[in-house]
Formats: sequence, C-alpha cells, structure tokens
Amino acid sequence: MTTHHHGHKHPTGVLRSGPPLIAMTDISIAFGGIKAVDHASVDLYPGEVVGLLGHNGAGKSTLIKILSGAYKRDHGDIFINGEKVEISNPRDAKALGIETIYQTLALADNVDAAANLYLGRELRTSWGTLDDVAMEAECRKVMGRLNPNFRRFKEPVKALSGGQRQSVAIARAIHFNARILIMDEPTAALGPQETAQVGELIKQLKAEGIGIFLISHDIHDVFDLADRVTVMKNGRVVGTARTTDVDHDEVLGMIIAGKCPPGAVPGPGALQSPAAAA
Amino acid sequence: MAAIDNTQNPGMAQEGTLKRFLRATEIDSRMLGMLGALLAIWAGFDLASAFVRGGDGLLGGTFLTPRNLWILLVQTSSIAVMTTGMVLIIVMRHIDLSVGSVLGFTAVCIGTMQVYWLGPALGVGHPAIWIITLILGLALGAAIGALHGTLIAYFGIPSFIVTLGGLIVWRGAAWSVIRGETVAPMDKNFKLIGGGISGITPGSIGATASWILGLLICAAILALIWNGRQQRKRFNFTLKPVWAEVLLAAAGCAAVIGITWVLNAYYWPKGVVDRWAQQTGATIPPEGLNISFGYSIPVLIALFVGVAMTFVANRTRFGRYIYAIGGNPEAAELAGINTKKITLMVFSLMGMLAAISASISSARLDSATNALGQFDELYVIAAAVIGGTSLAGGLGTIYGAMLGALVMQSLQSGMTLLNFESATKDMVVGCVLVFAVFVDQVYQRRVK
Ligand SMILES: Nc1ncnc2c1ncn2[C@@H]1O[C@H](COP(=O)(O)OP(=O)(O)OP(=O)(O)O)[C@@H](O)[C@H]1O
Ligand SMILES: [Mg+2]
Repeated sequence: MTTHHHGHKHPTGVLRSGPPLIAMTDISIAFGGIKAVDHASVDLYPGEVVGLLGHNGAGKSTLIKILSGAYKRDHGDIFINGEKVEISNPRDAKALGIETIYQTLALADNVDAAANLYLGRELRTSWGTLDDVAMEAECRKVMGRLNPNFRRFKEPVKALSGGQRQSVAIARAIHFNARILIMDEPTAALGPQETAQVGELIKQLKAEGIGIFLISHDIHDVFDLADRVTVMKNGRVVGTARTTDVDHDEVLGMIIAGKCPPGAVPGPGALQSPAAAA
Repeated sequence: MAAIDNTQNPGMAQEGTLKRFLRATEIDSRMLGMLGALLAIWAGFDLASAFVRGGDGLLGGTFLTPRNLWILLVQTSSIAVMTTGMVLIIVMRHIDLSVGSVLGFTAVCIGTMQVYWLGPALGVGHPAIWIITLILGLALGAAIGALHGTLIAYFGIPSFIVTLGGLIVWRGAAWSVIRGETVAPMDKNFKLIGGGISGITPGSIGATASWILGLLICAAILALIWNGRQQRKRFNFTLKPVWAEVLLAAAGCAAVIGITWVLNAYYWPKGVVDRWAQQTGATIPPEGLNISFGYSIPVLIALFVGVAMTFVANRTRFGRYIYAIGGNPEAAELAGINTKKITLMVFSLMGMLAAISASISSARLDSATNALGQFDELYVIAAAVIGGTSLAGGLGTIYGAMLGALVMQSLQSGMTLLNFESATKDMVVGCVLVFAVFVDQVYQRRVK
C-alpha cells in the first residue's frame, strides 16, 4: 500500500489521503462509577503507528479493548475506512482484521505454543480433525522470526518465561494478516535483543501498510517507532501530536500534567491554559 | 534438510534411565504410576483372598480369575462412561453433581416406556422397543444436560448450584414417575446392554468375535503409531526412536491380546449351556462344552465411549476449546471462542453419557428403580480425580479417568470378595480418594 502512486504520502510512509483506517469517535465506557474512558477520540491511518501514552489507569487498555471487542462501549462510534462498524465481541474484531496483543497476554496456559497461536482458528486436516503437526510447523516458523532461541514447542505455555510467553502472544497477533494491530505493552517482558526484534517487526509491518496502535510506557521507544502520539489522562484524551512536532519533555508534560503543547491538537482532557481561561 | 532439533533441554546429559525412557516413549508417567497401582491392588486382593479361601486365581486367590475380571469390567463400565464426560466438565472448571440423579430419572423413564407404553402398544419383546427407548433415553439425558448447561452458561448460575439442584430435582422426578415402585422386567433385547444373558442370548460377543475385535484393535494401534510417524516426517520433525515405537506397539498389542484371552476364558455357566443345548438341539460332548463370553456389550460401550471421547478431547476444535477455556476462560473468550456454547454442549454431552450409563445399569439389573445411580456422582467425580483430573481446571485425560474408575471398582469388588461390610468399604474408598490425590500432589511437586 505504501507504494501507491497517487495520494499524498507523509514523509514517514503514512498514506493520509482518504479516510483513516480506524476512527474511534467520542468513545465512553464506565465500570460502576469509574469513567475508565471518557469521550475519547483517536484515529489511525494505513501504515501508521500511533503511540497511546498515559499514566497507569489512564484508560489506554480499556480504550483498545473496546476496539478489539473485549468490552462493549457505552457511547461513541467506530469507523473503518470511513464506514461505521459494529464490534460487539472479539470475533467481530478479528473478522475486520483487528488483531490484539493484550497486556495480560491472554494465553491459555495449559496448552502449548502452537495451540495458543491458532486458538480459535485451528488448522484442520481434510478429515476435519486438528492438524497439530502442521500447526507446530507453522509455529516454529513464526517463532523463529520473533524469538530464534525458542525451543519449547511441546510444553504448556505456563512453563515458559515471561518473554517467551510474550513472543507467543505477538506471534498470534501477526500471523493472521492483520490490517490493524493493537499492541498493549508488547515488549514489557522482553530482553533488549527481543525488544529490538519487535521494533524491526513493527517497522516491517508498517511498511506493509498495517496500522498499529502501540501502547507503551517507554517514551524513547514510542518516539522511535510512532508517527503520532495520543496521550490520555483519567480516561480523557489530553491531545494528539506528530512525533516530529513535539519533544520528549512536552509529551511528559502531557502525560503528567495534562498540559497540551503548541505542536499538539488538544483533546477534551487538556488542561485549560491560563491564557485560554482568561 | 536437517531434522529440526526437538530436545527440550539439551544440557541435561545424565538424566536417569527411567526419565529417558519416559521421554523417548512420551508415556505419561502418571498413567504408568496408576497402572502400577492398579496391578498392585489386583495382586494384593488375589493374595489376600488366597489366604481367606483359596481359588484358581493367578496368585491362588479368587480375584485374578477370568470370571472376576470379566465381572469387574462390566461393573466398571457405567461409572467409566460417565467419568469421560466429568473429566471435560472439571477441565472447564465446572462440576456436575447431578449425574447420579439424571441416571436414575432417565432409567425410570426408559423402563416406563418399555414396560407400560411400548410393551403393550407394540407387543412385549418387539425388536423396535430397545432402540426406540434407547434413543429417546439418550435424547432425554442430553436435554436435561442442555437445561443445566443453559442455566450455567447463559444465566450465569454456578454449576455447583445448578447441578446440586439437579441432584435433588431429578431424584425427586424419578420417584414421581414410578411412585417408588420398581419397573421390571426390561425389554429382552435391551437387557443385553447390561451384559447379562437374556434367555439363551448372551450380552457379550463370544470367542471368535472377541478375537477378531482384539486383532482389529491391535491393527488400529499399529496404524495410529505409524500414522503419527508419517505426520512427523511430513514436517521433518525428529521422530521417536524406533525402539520406543516398537516397544509401545508391542506393549499395546500384548495388553489387548491378554485382555481378550482373559475375557474369552470366562465360560457360560453349565445351566445356561444345558438350556441352550435343549433349545437349539445341540448335543453336549461328555467332557462338557466351554462357550466363551468374550467382550461384553457394556464393556464395548465403555470402550467405544472412551475412544470417541478421547478423539473429541484431543483431535477436535471442540475439545481444544474445552481445554483452553479451562486454562484461561478470559483468553478463550478473547480468542473468539464462544465459551457459552461450549459450556452448554459439554453439559449436554454429560447428560447423554448419564443416559448411556442409565441404560447399562438398568439393563444389568433388569429393572429400574428411583434409587438407581444414587451416589454415582461421587464415584464419577472421584474416578476423574483419582485419574489425575485437576479440580482447578485445565488438566485431565479421558483414559486417566477411566483407569481411575477401574481402580475404584477394583477396590470395591476386592473388598466384597473379602467379605468386607459395606460400611467398611465406603470408609476405605473415601480414604483412598484423599490419599490418591495427596500422592499425586507430592508427585507433581517433585516433577516441578
Ligand atoms: N474490568 C474492569 N472493571 C472495573 N474497572 C476497570 C476494569 N478495567 C479497567 N478498569 C478501570 O478503568 C481504569 C482504566 O484502566 P486501564 O486498564 O484502561 O488503564 P491503562 O491506561 O491501561 O493503565 P496501565 O498503564 O496501568 O496499563 C482504571 O481506573 C481501572 O481501574
Ligand atoms: Mg493497560
């Protein structure tokens, strides 16, 4: 998609003509009395990486879980390529090409890596039975790309290390030709080598025209990989900015104080500046 | 192309012989332990009975005789059938306390249909009766299970509560159907499901058919092992060492042939042979006539159910989802699995298995009472747990649970042979359950 002839190309390879790949507008959800996400809007273009930032409990995971079908929103709309879509369970999201790496990984601990990789979309033989050998073979291929040292294909994933488990979760998200990838702290448990590999992977997927929401607490990583950042605070969007238009300190200011710098488009969660208030 | 390295811990050079053996053969060491325990129990009872009374058993007692082993397997079949479903339910982190009552209720319904409805309507002994009542019975069991499953999956009531209610309700319902009377006799064809002799027709398949079946099972074992090898070759994975495959095949076939031989060594009682000779006009040679029982129908049913359920658990998506849900229900849901539907289906399956056991039990007793299957839920759960099913969910095998059922029934039968009081038997079985789980946990901790 990035080699498209017409349309204005963003310097980083993001195709910005036409409607966004994903637009979530005015999304709200409350758990009991807590407004976990409060009138938040984010969007994502093909080949773009949007970093979602915010303090613990800001509502990042909750927002993307609405997109992945894990939660049902109370309010707001989701558009894919400009068309309104209904996502009411994880199956809907997958059918629309949305794949997710959850912060909790969401692995079935008692079955092996291949079974987790294919959970919900198992390969089957012509008899309709599970084709475990084929799944294992595919699993070896994907894992070879992500975590070449991985050998423990026969063991239930609860026997794996945190990083190995994370590799399995990543493998599952990238293996099924996603259009939209959600990564909720995908490198939290990974060593430096594996983290670098995931970084490469993100660049590669981006070049293929896949849109990626990347949630991370590592601002350096986000600046490295993301085209834009959206910062949340207390369930609300503080603002959205291109990574070329803001610096680290300004983004930190957004996360900690909710202060929106001049280079960013403010959201409903932005601290009203004294000048604007006057 | 080099074969892909499949060793898990390349560093472990000097592991023990047993460990290497288990790794090479990929035998579940827990199952090996259980088989060992079973054989020890059998030997123990045969020796003990040798002291009490003496007999022609393998070790001089009355336990390891073809007759006793044949009866043991028949007695195990009802619990064994139900425990295959209980494993899946427990794996999914649920429980079903209602199976004994569902068994009782479906049994009296089947009996009522046979004795009061279809018997008079079609004529007693009509060849369609057994099949109609069997199908309706299975449908009834499945429907009851589906009702439980709906309440659990879609109304969010805990399975413990739903099936505790079911335990009480269906026992009461069984009483209401027949008002505490005993329904008897069952249809003469249906009776064969219990394994007993109906007139001169035995509820077992005889020597020739048993040998044919035994050989077919051996062929199936060989085919499975061969197919597994081919599958692994297809993707260039490392293969099990040939000696391990040969050993497994040999052990499997030897066990099948041994069991077939033992079951064929149990002969019709003389009275039945005489009656058979009278009615068929056959002449009995002066030295007597040995007619083998062979595999009985309830045992065949249990074997079939075991194989089918193992297939479902290991080779189908449905089975894979059951285990995934047990491992992490949230992850299964996020993977797009319809966990509610799977829950409903598993409970429905359990109800149907209870109906199969109802058929076996009532056919064997040649009657149905509202007390049939009382306490079976406890034996079924105990069998599953002894067989290595974890109550925390996610872990358990069909064959393990069936072996567990055999262990439990062996204890009961053995103690009966030794003239234990039934109260003593209950106490022993209860203690063994707790002890077995304790040993298993110690073992699990050692392994980790
Ligand atoms: N299932 C739930 N039930 C009740 N409250 C919830 C639930 N999920 C999230 N919350 C609440 O919603 C708020 C947002 O949580 P969320 O997990 O989205 O934060 P986050 O931005 O992902 O934080 P972190 O960086 O720690 O992952 C928190 O106050 C949290 O307690
Ligand atoms: Mg989070």
